[in-house]
Amino acid sequence: MRYLPLTTDDRRAMLAKIGAPDVDALFRDVPNSAVVPLSAFNLPDTQGEMEVDRGMSKMAARNVAAGAAPFFCGAGAYKHHVPSAVDHLIQRSEFLTSYTPYQPEIAQGTLQYLFEFQTQVALLTGMEVANASLYDGSTATAEAVLMAQRITKRGKAILSGGLHPHYAETVETVAGLFGPVERTKVTPGSAEDIIALIDEQTACVVVQSPDVFGLIRNLRPIAEAAHAKGALLIAVVTEIVSLGLLEPPGAQGADIVAAEGQSIGNGLNFGGPYVGLFATREKFLRQMPGRLCGETVDAEGRRGFVLTLSTREQHIRREKATSNICTNSGLCTLAFTIHLSLLGEDGLTRLARLNHAKASALADKLAALPGVELVTGAFFNEFTVKLPKAAAPVVDALAKKGVIAGVPASRLLPREKSAEGLLILAATETNTDEDFDALVAALKEAI
Amino acid sequence: MSEVRYTDQHEWIRLDGDEATVGITKYAAESLGDVVFVELPASGKAVAAGGEAAVVESVKAASDIYAPAGGTVTLANSALESAPSKVNEDPEGEGWFFKLKLSNKDEFAKLMDAAAYAKFLESL
Amino acid sequence: MSMNNQGRPSSIDKGSAGEAFPASIATISGDRGLDHEEALIFELGHGATGVDLPDVQISEARLGGSRRSGAIGLPGLSEPEVIRHYVRLSRKNYAIDSGLYPLGSCTMKHNPRLNEKMARLPGFGDLHPLAPQSTTQGALEVISALMNWLTTLTGMPAVAMSPKAGAHGELCGLLAIRAAIAARGENRKRILVPESAHGTNPATAAFAGFTVDEVPAKPNGRVDAEALKAKLGPDVAAIMLTNPNTCGLFEGEIVDIAKAVHEAGAYFYCDGANFNAIAGKVRPGDLGIDAMHINLHKTFSTPHGGGGPGAGPVVLSERLAAYAPIPLLVASADGLRLIEDAADAPEGARPFGRMCAFHGQMGMFTRALTYMLSHGRDGVRQASEDAVLSANYILASLKDVMSAPFGDGPCMHEALFDDSFLEGTGVTTLDFAKAMIDEGYHPMTMYFPLVVHGAMLIEPTESESKHSLDRFIHVLHTLATEAKAKKTERFAGAPHLAPRRRLDETAAARKPVLRWKPDPLKAAAE
Ligand SMILES: Cc1ncc(COP(=O)(O)O)c(C=O)c1O
Repeated sequence: MRYLPLTTDDRRAMLAKIGAPDVDALFRDVPNSAVVPLSAFNLPDTQGEMEVDRGMSKMAARNVAAGAAPFFCGAGAYKHHVPSAVDHLIQRSEFLTSYTPYQPEIAQGTLQYLFEFQTQVALLTGMEVANASLYDGSTATAEAVLMAQRITKRGKAILSGGLHPHYAETVETVAGLFGPVERTKVTPGSAEDIIALIDEQTACVVVQSPDVFGLIRNLRPIAEAAHAKGALLIAVVTEIVSLGLLEPPGAQGADIVAAEGQSIGNGLNFGGPYVGLFATREKFLRQMPGRLCGETVDAEGRRGFVLTLSTREQHIRREKATSNICTNSGLCTLAFTIHLSLLGEDGLTRLARLNHAKASALADKLAALPGVELVTGAFFNEFTVKLPKAAAPVVDALAKKGVIAGVPASRLLPREKSAEGLLILAATETNTDEDFDALVAALKEAI
Repeated sequence: MSEVRYTDQHEWIRLDGDEATVGITKYAAESLGDVVFVELPASGKAVAAGGEAAVVESVKAASDIYAPAGGTVTLANSALESAPSKVNEDPEGEGWFFKLKLSNKDEFAKLMDAAAYAKFLESL
Repeated sequence: MSMNNQGRPSSIDKGSAGEAFPASIATISGDRGLDHEEALIFELGHGATGVDLPDVQISEARLGGSRRSGAIGLPGLSEPEVIRHYVRLSRKNYAIDSGLYPLGSCTMKHNPRLNEKMARLPGFGDLHPLAPQSTTQGALEVISALMNWLTTLTGMPAVAMSPKAGAHGELCGLLAIRAAIAARGENRKRILVPESAHGTNPATAAFAGFTVDEVPAKPNGRVDAEALKAKLGPDVAAIMLTNPNTCGLFEGEIVDIAKAVHEAGAYFYCDGANFNAIAGKVRPGDLGIDAMHINLHKTFSTPHGGGGPGAGPVVLSERLAAYAPIPLLVASADGLRLIEDAADAPEGARPFGRMCAFHGQMGMFTRALTYMLSHGRDGVRQASEDAVLSANYILASLKDVMSAPFGDGPCMHEALFDDSFLEGTGVTTLDFAKAMIDEGYHPMTMYFPLVVHGAMLIEPTESESKHSLDRFIHVLHTLATEAKAKKTERFAGAPHLAPRRRLDETAAARKPVLRWKPDPLKAAAE
C-alpha cells in the first residue's frame, strides 16, 4: 500500500525489539471474540491512484457544477470567483498539514494569520473582538444564542422569521434545551414586528440581514428595543460580501454577530466545510466560544502570537467551558483571510457594488416577465420573486434544460403555504448577461 | 485577635470579629502558576459553606474558590481585577478575594488550623 | 580572452570556515537567511489591490437606506505581495509533510494529495447544497458510499453524517440519547465520564443539558469498572468512554461495562477519536456501544489544516438509529434523496432536530472516501496494525530511560510516559518538549491525559518509516539520558532554534490584544 512505509522486514524487526511473536499479540487486551477477520468486511481492497481517480470522477460527473450552467442559487451559500492564489496558498504543506497551533514557537504562521483574520472579521462586522472561527454560520448562530442565555441569565430566544430556516432549526436543537425558542411568522419581503415580542424574559433576538429572502433589515430599532428590556441583539449574516456595501451590524447596535464566511475564499463544496464568523463586544469576551489568538512577546522581546484566554475552553474548563468546540474551520479561515487580503478595501467594495448591480439588473428583467412579481424591495445580491405557479416544479423543469434557477422557498419551508410560489435567486460577479438571458427565456417558457 | 483557618481545597479564612476574609493559600497560588484573571462575587451574595464563590484562572488552569464557611459577601477585592498578579505575590495578604459576614461561626471553628493544614500538605 | 573571466571563490577558504554566525551581530534586515520576519498584513497595505474588478456605480434605490457610511479599514496589497506574505508565514510552521508529528490523540498521519485533487473536482467542490437534487446525484452517491464504509467498519446499523467535527459528533450522539430517553417517558440527567476523558466529553455533556459525574481510573490506566457500575442508577443517561482510551490502552472490560450500562437503562457513548488503532480489525458494534463519532480528520486522513476543518459522523445502534438528525439520505425510485424536513421523515424515524445548515462536511467526505478506496479494507487493517506496531516499538525502545506509568503491557496506537523519570533533574515535561523543537521535532501531546502527572503522549501513526522512527527514538533516548544526568543546558529556555523562543502567555492573557489597531499617533499624523 503506497501510503504505508513499513516493509515486512521492518515489521519483523520491530516485533523482535518489542518481544512480541506477532502483531496480534499487541492486541491482546481486545477480547478475542471482538477481533474479526478481514472477510467480515464486505468492502473493496486496495486500489491504485488511477482506479480511485476514475471512480471518484465518475461520481463527480453525475453532478451539475455551479460553473457549468447559468446558476442562481444562494440561500446561505454563494458562488463567487475565488482568485487562483488562494487555493495555491492554502495547499502549502505547512498550512494544510499542521495541527492546531499548540506549540507557538513553531506555529507562528498559523497564529499570525489567525490574528489577522480576527482583525478582518472585527473590522467587517463593526465589532470589537472576533474569535478564530466556529464550524459555520448556523452553529455560530446557535453558539451566539447560548452565549446570550449565559450573559443575561435568561432563557428565551426570539428568532426572526427571516432567519434561514436551517439556522433556526439548529438554534432550536441546542438552545431549546435551555429556554424557549420562538420563531416569528414568516413575512417574505417585509419585516415582521419582532419588537412587540421582546419582554423581560428575553435573552436575545436573532435577526438576519439580508434575510433569507434577501431583504435588507434595519437593525437599529430592534437593538434599541432589545437593550431597553435587557436583551441582546444577535445579528446574522449569511452573505458576508454584503458588508462591503452595507452598514455593519456593529454600527447598528448588535451585541453579537454570527456569520457565514464561505463567500470569501471558500467554494460551495455542497454545504461544507464553511467558516463560522463570530464577533462581539469586548465586555463579553470571557463568555465567547472558540479559540482566540492574541499578541505577545517571546523571551527575546520579539512580537509573537499565542492562543489565549483558553480557560474558557473545553480542554481546561471541561464541563464549565463556554462551548465544547475543539477542531474549528482552520484552513477555511486561511482561505477567507487570503482572499480578503487580495481584495482589500477597494476590491471588496467594488465586488459588493458589482454584486448589487448584477442582482438589480436581474431583478428588473424578471419583474418585467408577465406574472412574475418582485417580492424583495431592498436587497444586496439576492432577492425573491413570486411566480404564478409553484416554484419547485419550475426549478426542476429548468434544471432539465440546464438552468439552475435558484432555490424554491418551499425547499426551506415545506410546511409554509405562502412560500409555494416563491423563488429565491442570487446573482453575483460570476453571472454574465448570457446567464440572465438563458434564465429569462427558460422561465418565460416554464410559466 | 484574628484567627486563620484552612480548607482541604486550599482556601484560607481569617476571622476578625464578625467578618471573615477569604483567599487562596500560597500552596494553591504556586500550583496554579501565574494568575491572569479572577472572577469575584458581588457583595450581598449569600454563599453556603463549600459553595462556589469565586474563580481564579492561570494560563492553563482554572479553579473555583469555595466559601470555607457560609455567610453573606460584604466586599470583594476589586484590586485583583486589574492586578491579578497580587494573588501570586501575596496570596495570604493583599491577594485576598472577598470578605464574608459569617452566618454560623461553628463552621469556621471546624476548619483546619495552620498546624493541621501544614500536615495535610505533607500528606499530598 | 573573450569568455566570461570573472571567477569567484568556490571552495570554503580557511578564513571564513567553521565559525557560527555570531549572535551578537544582528542582521541589518532583521531576517536571518531563509528565516524572514514578516509584518502584519495591516502594516504592509498601501492602497494597492490584488484583484481587477470593474468600478460600477450603483443607485441607492434598493439598499433600504442601509449603505455603509464609513470605510472598513482593510489594507490593500497586490497579488505578489499577498503571495509573499503567506508563503513567508507558512515557513514558520511545522507540518506533517516536513517531519514526524507525534501529537498523541491527534493522529497526524499522512494526508494523500489525491484526496485534495478529488475534493476539488468541480462536480464536488463547485456544487451548491441546495441545487436541485436531480443535479447532485453523484454527491449523494459519495455520501451513501461513505455511510456504507463507516457502518461496515464499525458494525453499526446507522450513521448520522452532518456533525462537523468530533465534538459536534459527541453532541449529536448525546442529543440522540436524550431523545431516546424522552421517548421512553424518562428523565435521566447524569452522564458518567472517566477522569481521563478528553475535555470535549464533559463539555459536550453540559452543552447537551446533562450533569457530569466523573469516574476514576484504575492504577492500570483503565476506567474503574466497579466504580462505574456503582454509579449507575435510574438517573444515569449514558456513559462516555473513549476506546482505545486516552492513555492509549484498550478498555478490556468494555463488553461487561456495556452490559451493565444497558441493564441500568442507560446508553453507551464511545468517543471514537482513537478508532484508527482498530479500524478494519475490531468492530465497535460488537462491543455493545450505542453511538460513536469518527473523526474523519484523524482516522481517515483529511488534513488538519492548522486546526480544522474536520468532520465527525456518528454511528448509531438500533436503539438510537430512529433519532438521527435531519437531513436523512434515503433511496427512492428516482435515485437518492435527501430528506431535509423532519415532517417528511420515513416511517419510524423521529429525528431529534438539526445539527447545522445543509448536509455536513462534504469536502471532507470526498477526501475520506478517496482515502478508504485507496487503502481498501486490507489497507485500513494494515494501517491500524502498523500504527499499533510503531507505538509499541517506541514504547519498547524508550521505556528503559523514560517512565511508562502503566507497566509492561503493550499499548495501542500511542505510547504514554509520565514525568517521574525527570524527578529531581529540574527539567519539566514542558522543557523536554521544547528541547524536541530544537531537534527538529514537533513535541508530543503533553499534560494530557490529566490522570498522569506531566503526561507525554506519543502517537507516531502508521505513516513513519522504520528509519524515521529509529532516528526519533535516538533523539528522545539521548534527551532523556542527558536530562537524567542533569545535563540540562539543552532544556533551559529551549527552544533556541525556532522562529520564536518561548512566548509570554501570561502577558497575553492578562492584557489581551486580540486584533491589530492602527497606531494612534500615525493615524493622527495622516
Ligand atoms: C479523545 C478525543 N476526543 C474528542 C476530540 C474532539 O474532536 P474534534 O477536535 O474533532 O472536535 C479529540 C480531538 O481533539 C480527542 O482527541
